[in-house]
Amino acid sequence: MIPYSTYLKKASVTASVTLKKVANPMSINMNDVYKIARLARLAITEQEAQAAQAQLTTIFNLIEQMQAVDTTGIQPMSHAQDATQRLREDRVSEIDQRELFQTLAPQVERNLYLVPPAIE
Amino acid sequence: MPNQSPLHFSLRQLSSALQTKKISSVELTQLYLERIAAYNPTLNAYITTNAEMSLAQARHADARLAKNNSHALPVISNLTGIPIAQKDIFCAKEWRTTCGSKMLENFIAPYDAHVIQQFNEAGAVNLGKTNMDEFAMGSSNETSYFGAVKNPWNHNVVPGGSSGGSAVAVAARLCAAATGTDTGGSIRQPAALCGISGIKPTYGVVSRYGMIAFASSLDQAGPMARSAEDLALMLNTMAGFDERDSTSLQRPPENYLRDIDSPAAGKPLSGLRIGLPQEFFAEGLSDDVAQAVAAAVVEYQKLGATVVNISLPNSKLSIPVYYVIAPAEASSNLSRFDGVRYGYRAKEYSDLTDMYQKSRAQGFGAEVKRRIMIGTYVLSHGYYDAYYVQAQKIRRLIAQDFDNAFKQCDVIMGPSAPGTAFNIGEKSDDPVAMYLQDIYTIAVNLAGLPGMSIPAGFGKNKLPIGLQIIGNYFSEAQMLNVAHRYQQATDWHTRMPPNILNDRGALT
Repeated sequence: MIPYSTYLKKASVTASVTLKKVANPMSINMNDVYKIARLARLAITEQEAQAAQAQLTTIFNLIEQMQAVDTTGIQPMSHAQDATQRLREDRVSEIDQRELFQTLAPQVERNLYLVPPAIE
Repeated sequence: MPNQSPLHFSLRQLSSALQTKKISSVELTQLYLERIAAYNPTLNAYITTNAEMSLAQARHADARLAKNNSHALPVISNLTGIPIAQKDIFCAKEWRTTCGSKMLENFIAPYDAHVIQQFNEAGAVNLGKTNMDEFAMGSSNETSYFGAVKNPWNHNVVPGGSSGGSAVAVAARLCAAATGTDTGGSIRQPAALCGISGIKPTYGVVSRYGMIAFASSLDQAGPMARSAEDLALMLNTMAGFDERDSTSLQRPPENYLRDIDSPAAGKPLSGLRIGLPQEFFAEGLSDDVAQAVAAAVVEYQKLGATVVNISLPNSKLSIPVYYVIAPAEASSNLSRFDGVRYGYRAKEYSDLTDMYQKSRAQGFGAEVKRRIMIGTYVLSHGYYDAYYVQAQKIRRLIAQDFDNAFKQCDVIMGPSAPGTAFNIGEKSDDPVAMYLQDIYTIAVNLAGLPGMSIPAGFGKNKLPIGLQIIGNYFSEAQMLNVAHRYQQATDWHTRMPPNILNDRGALT
């Protein structure tokens, strides 16, 4: 017989979950935020950066719980079945749909995608 | 007699009504389109509908049904003529496909996702594209650029997410069934919060081709419907090998109705061992949900199942691990949105980098940008081993917990979400509180296992509660049968939200 009552006793009234407190909380500083935003090619205002700093610090403190786990000798897992990448035959499978695809582009000229000059 | 309305038919009953010409696909499609016109302005379950395109598919389905199995038209299937809703994450040719984002507000998909192609070949009718959290990042549907979705059980609460539009469309009878995708719980949690059934298959069973990528090693599509039997019918169409998805698994085709259709004498689930993980019933679970899950387990014992206590000791780490792996993969996948070949481009910019930065800053919403930044950070120089590699190692420990558990049991049961639906706005300023919605579902994605949610009662606030059933790899047919037998013995799955039918039990 299963002690459901034990489970029920353990269940708290609220649906919130308390997080384990991390001994040395890491914090992301404003320079980190600007650096990440630049790497991610996201324009960011000072106000947004300040909000991001607080939120990212909270999230990284959550993530930091991982560091307490001993994973010596464990193989990283990237696919559930540890399946390896299948190779396909090298054959022509797609027809030219340039016109259709370019109807979706923000700016096109003479069948070319237009971007601002990258080289002076 | 409200039960005479086709709105209450199972997919099999609908298919039979279509094949015996009691109703046409055009009539059925019209019925749903009229309901969508009446209810969608309030519920916001659909982002895009296109009556002309839906009705063209319905007319074609009627032609197929009329010349059943003639050589001129493709053979009919048991979904021919049935109107379903597609999550707006699936590219569907000539349909606007937004993924819930301003970035893709005007994107008309130039090709069909594998899933869409499968439904088209089966002759199903696409009723429209359902609302979702932006790029499937969210557990409440509040991050959609196209506005929050209302839960039909109570318009002040969220439907869950990210497949919230599909869950609401099924619950409010705005489609016969729908598709969803599940990266960390995005089928199971909204199914639970809206009182419907949903299954996320084993990773690799349904092709990801044409499904806009969030976290590629976790994303998996699956059906959402009113019963386990309907899910099995839908999954029969959705599943299958596809060489265009490099992680699609090459396995012999399965009939997911197999176990549901086998006759059961006496106690139908005799011999089934149900594992209850102690970690799923600890702090953080609301009383209502704990009691409903316990009551469901008692019902399963009446059906012949036995119960074993199990432990998933590493499951508590699934949220930190997920919030490294999913954002890392997302930041890489979403780098394609650069305002050059498709998608939003800022109106004003000085040079190429400025154009990238402004287009992405204006095109993506706050949650998407947050996750791109987390992902960029954990993949950046000096942090890769400490975060990404460590997360992938713990991912293996989480998967091994399940391996060990399945030596003692056939299925695992627990809650789908920690509580019933919460108020709109309640958690939207606290990302971590929102992330904890998926505390019972995320480990299943990390392990790549199949998981489902079925209705199992209501909370004190009269909102639905979901029972989660987790199976071993490729055990979908068994899980669907486990859910089906419960639905034969109980009627939670037949309950309807209030005020979605008139007194004739049908139209607006």
